[in-house]
Amino acid sequence: MTEMSGADMVVQALVDLGVDTVFGYPGGAVLPIYDALYKHPTIQHILVRHEQAATHAAEGYARSTGKPGVVLVTSGPGATNAVTGITDALLDSIPMVVLTGQVSTALIGTDAFQECDTVGITRHCTKHNYLVMDPDRLGPIMHEAFHIATHGRPGPVVIDIPKNVQVATGQYVIPEKIAHKSYRPQVEPDADAIAQAVAMIAASERPIFYTGGGVINAGPDASAALRQLVALTGAPVTSTLMGLGAFPSDDEKWLGMLGMHGTYEANMAMNRADLIIAVGARFDDRVTGRLDAFSPDSKKIHIDIDRSSINKIVPVDLAIVGDAGRALDAIIAGWQAAGHNGRDLGEWWRRVDGWRATRCLDFPEKKDASAEIMPQRAVKALFDATRGLDPIITTEVGQHQMWAAQHFGFAAPNRWLTSGGLGTMGYGFPASVGAQIAHPDRLVICIAGEASLQMNIQEMGTVSQYRLPVKIFILNNEWMGMVRQWQELTYESRYSNSYSDSLPDFVKLADAYGWTGLRIDNLGQLEDGIKKMIETPGPVIVDCRVAQLANCFPMIPSGAAHTEMLLQPSDVTGTMDDEAKALV
Amino acid sequence: MKIKTEAGERHVLAITVDNEAGVLAKITGLFTARGYNIESLTVADITADHALSRITIVTSGPPPIIDQIIAQLDRLVPVHKVIDLNDAGEAHVEREIALVKVAGTGDKRIEALRMADVFRAKVVDTTLTSFIFEITGTSDKVDRFIALMRECGLVEVGRTGVVAIARGSEAL
Ligand SMILES: Cc1ncc(C[n+]2csc(CCOP(=O)(O)OP(=O)(O)O)c2C)c(N)n1
Ligand SMILES: [Mg+2]
Repeated sequence: MTEMSGADMVVQALVDLGVDTVFGYPGGAVLPIYDALYKHPTIQHILVRHEQAATHAAEGYARSTGKPGVVLVTSGPGATNAVTGITDALLDSIPMVVLTGQVSTALIGTDAFQECDTVGITRHCTKHNYLVMDPDRLGPIMHEAFHIATHGRPGPVVIDIPKNVQVATGQYVIPEKIAHKSYRPQVEPDADAIAQAVAMIAASERPIFYTGGGVINAGPDASAALRQLVALTGAPVTSTLMGLGAFPSDDEKWLGMLGMHGTYEANMAMNRADLIIAVGARFDDRVTGRLDAFSPDSKKIHIDIDRSSINKIVPVDLAIVGDAGRALDAIIAGWQAAGHNGRDLGEWWRRVDGWRATRCLDFPEKKDASAEIMPQRAVKALFDATRGLDPIITTEVGQHQMWAAQHFGFAAPNRWLTSGGLGTMGYGFPASVGAQIAHPDRLVICIAGEASLQMNIQEMGTVSQYRLPVKIFILNNEWMGMVRQWQELTYESRYSNSYSDSLPDFVKLADAYGWTGLRIDNLGQLEDGIKKMIETPGPVIVDCRVAQLANCFPMIPSGAAHTEMLLQPSDVTGTMDDEAKALV
Repeated sequence: MKIKTEAGERHVLAITVDNEAGVLAKITGLFTARGYNIESLTVADITADHALSRITIVTSGPPPIIDQIIAQLDRLVPVHKVIDLNDAGEAHVEREIALVKVAGTGDKRIEALRMADVFRAKVVDTTLTSFIFEITGTSDKVDRFIALMRECGLVEVGRTGVVAIARGSEAL
């Protein structure tokens, strides 16, 4: 116990919690904390250019390291600007702690300058939030907040700290051991449920693993356990957008991503399976397609740390509440103890191979050097050029994101950072900043759309300031391509406000910020352009011009079943009824 | 296109939570955000140190939705325990209090008093032209009493909402 100011306590707690980096932006209501930071050189503060970017950078930091991301912003507009990233972290279960300044306690509720009801605004987009009215509470709350953000299903926690609480002094107390009085997520899976799962897997003729972001959140050991269990059982594996990297994409058991823009083989296998083993995935509508047609003949095992995810959308036969890694380990142990050898899944694999033979990710393209670049080709070329470099890939949101998910392969977790649940344009570039800060020597590439990039393009200044060698690879189709694609499918190609008009000259923009700018116009320039991007030290922006009207296939139109995939443009009929139009 | 809604059965949930600012907002907000019903809600602190509050919520929905409501409530950080009192079947007691003000003179006034007697409502205030009755019972009983009082000069009603507790010696 030591007497110190609230602001010093905040910084001391960060030090004690092992925080090395804070992403933030100053303002009146956090000046005491900024002053305290000034005296603590061990904590690196990354000054962003917009608070939303601080939150996404913190997400990028968290997703690429497994450690919580930390954000510091001022009251009022600082806090409201952070809301999008906080919500993004909630939907994608990213551990994050956001410290917001607040007006002094006496002014709360008076519509004071830069006052907003931060705890009210963030109540439903945080895992938990606090308004600290007493400096003596700061120590315990800081430590508890990090505990909550990182335990159970991870998520964002906001601590709103009035300015006078930062200035006043109090006792800094480090709680000895955090056993929260009400928040005690179940981590250890139930042994009976594990035994049942082992028996169900052993009895299955057509099993499939359907894995999600929970496997990544459970840490690298969970990914290793998944690999081991797949090897033992011989079953195919598919994953959600958030789960990419938990299972190596070059393994023959890998079917690719499932869902709306997933592969034909993944979706067909889900549909025809007799057993789905869902691990840290939440049966999102982008994954299931039409619910009444979702995997009609399968039994379902659902492993999740969050009980409310189980039976929320799809009723399951066996629920296992617990940490994904521990549950997988327990199943492996049970499998080995029972002496199972794995059934002969040859017939199942023959069917899977039949679906694979459609080669659903193939795309038509011209091969001459002057040909326009198909966006899929650009992603493939980027993947080929970075093999062995173990890059971290972030994406914005749109077609380019789906093409990246389809055509970029990942061998390990924590290398694929994308906004899944909220689908936040403007996520990818700041997330790459956070990832690069955490991994200064790694190759970090943001695969961007020209429209999304502009949502947080101001962060080029941050990158310049900290000399981060971030690479932005724009798949520039001059359209909000994903919007245009839906308008084509649903609204008879009435392209209402989806053209990316008045684009900046990205090469000149790079120059203005002291970056290197490159432009790739045709297929002949693609490989060299990518090579140059990788070899150029410092930040690089690549304006890669791609076919403007390419659409992302395969696709399950909203409201359709897994078996009703559109594989190519000619499958599109161009009209849709109101029921389908009403689905997002 | 028409939007469909699903009917469901009535459930009484008892929830213990930290007695802190914002917790009630968190809970009611969860109901609005996820589109669940609240038919009645009561809250008061229940421990000597004022650390815990008990919230009683009457909601309705098909069984999977009720399960989902419980799971969603249970994972909130300040929530200690959630009990579906319907799981105890008929084995729980529900009470609600209403204060019912009736104004009038003559026959109506006499009729109101007679009816109150039948319902075992207490007179807690009286003037020459009005009564305030206090009635305790299930929501049904309170509903029926209020309906009768409408015929006898009802001018104002205040209701507490439902509190409920499981029968037997076990605690929540
Ligand atoms: C903040 C935000 N606003 C709007 C949307 C809706 N939206 C989804 S994709 C998209 C277009 C993205 O365009 P671009 O970044 O160029 O990517 P492309 O689809 O062309 O690859 C839009 C507007 C969104 N996801 N996020
Ligand atoms: Mg675009």
